[in-house]
Amino acid sequence: MLKNLCQKMFGRSLWVYHANSGGCNGCDIEVLNVLTPYYDAERFGIRLVGSPRHADVMLCQGPALRATSPALRRAYDAMPAPKLVFAIGSCACGGGIWYDTYAVLGPVEMVVPVNFYIPGCPPRPEAILYGVAVAVGLVDRKVAPVQFKQVEFPIPQYHPADLRGDGELVVYEKAERV
Amino acid sequence: MSVLSKCREALLCLRAGRVTLPYPAQPRPTPPRFRGRPIFNAAKCIGCAGCANNCPAREILVVDLCQEIRVIQYLGRRCTFCGRCAEVCPEKAITMSRDFETATPQIRDLRQRLDLFMSTCQRCGRCFQAPSPLEQLKLKGYRFDDVEHERWIFRSKAFLDSDATVDDIPIELD
Repeated sequence: MLKNLCQKMFGRSLWVYHANSGGCNGCDIEVLNVLTPYYDAERFGIRLVGSPRHADVMLCQGPALRATSPALRRAYDAMPAPKLVFAIGSCACGGGIWYDTYAVLGPVEMVVPVNFYIPGCPPRPEAILYGVAVAVGLVDRKVAPVQFKQVEFPIPQYHPADLRGDGELVVYEKAERV
Repeated sequence: MSVLSKCREALLCLRAGRVTLPYPAQPRPTPPRFRGRPIFNAAKCIGCAGCANNCPAREILVVDLCQEIRVIQYLGRRCTFCGRCAEVCPEKAITMSRDFETATPQIRDLRQRLDLFMSTCQRCGRCFQAPSPLEQLKLKGYRFDDVEHERWIFRSKAFLDSDATVDDIPIELD
């Protein structure tokens, strides 16, 4: 198991390229925070490179804008073939709160295929590290879709015919939910 | 000189210790006022859709499936965790959790969907909040002046602890 873990940790050293397509710079600061000694991302072999031609992973921040989406697509096409895209922040995951303005096309998955989503505005450095750890296979993901269905009427319905008793003590005989 | 300064630098680096947090192996506590993923409590939700009206990202959708079922769907893609929905919720059915470990390969993992059973408006046919038991009695044809069902009348136990406030201000009349 340790060998497997080491293989996962050191065998695939991810070189990341940091592409901001028009975000507010908050996610950039958090990503740079991950690379500081406090959250040492180089433990997992992650290294920041300056060119998409050297990179395995593209970290996308910011929504796909009308002006920057062609450049984002070109950067994605320039990466060598086994490539991953992480969408970091709520802008990259879903378009941000200005998702419907004239300059915003939407989430970055409208331009490049996204493999991992890290929501947050901005996500904590721990959340980004957690997303990387999920992608590498160190930990399991924790979220799952939640669905709740109400099957019975929540308010009990009484009828005067079910009322028993007089005076002080009054008892409802059928108080079950309908 | 240069060797001495290198040694001093090495000593300084040794004294600094290790600052790297063992995060993915050990859990990391959040600050006390940290807002994470909102959690929807379906048992408390009355389906008023105040969260959907106040969400700045328009991320909470409300759909009436039929005349009795209202679906409230939180998609969570572009949620900024502002806490506005938890603030406006009259029943406190939405709580901002401290859950930040939400990274996922599929964005639909963040979805929360509530199917709520609502009542139907007799005039417009749309959903509204379920009536209280007293209003349900009125819908069934019960009337307060019905002598046979007199004990259903809600009698007030309140009483006035002082006399009526008429004539407590002397008014001079011609």
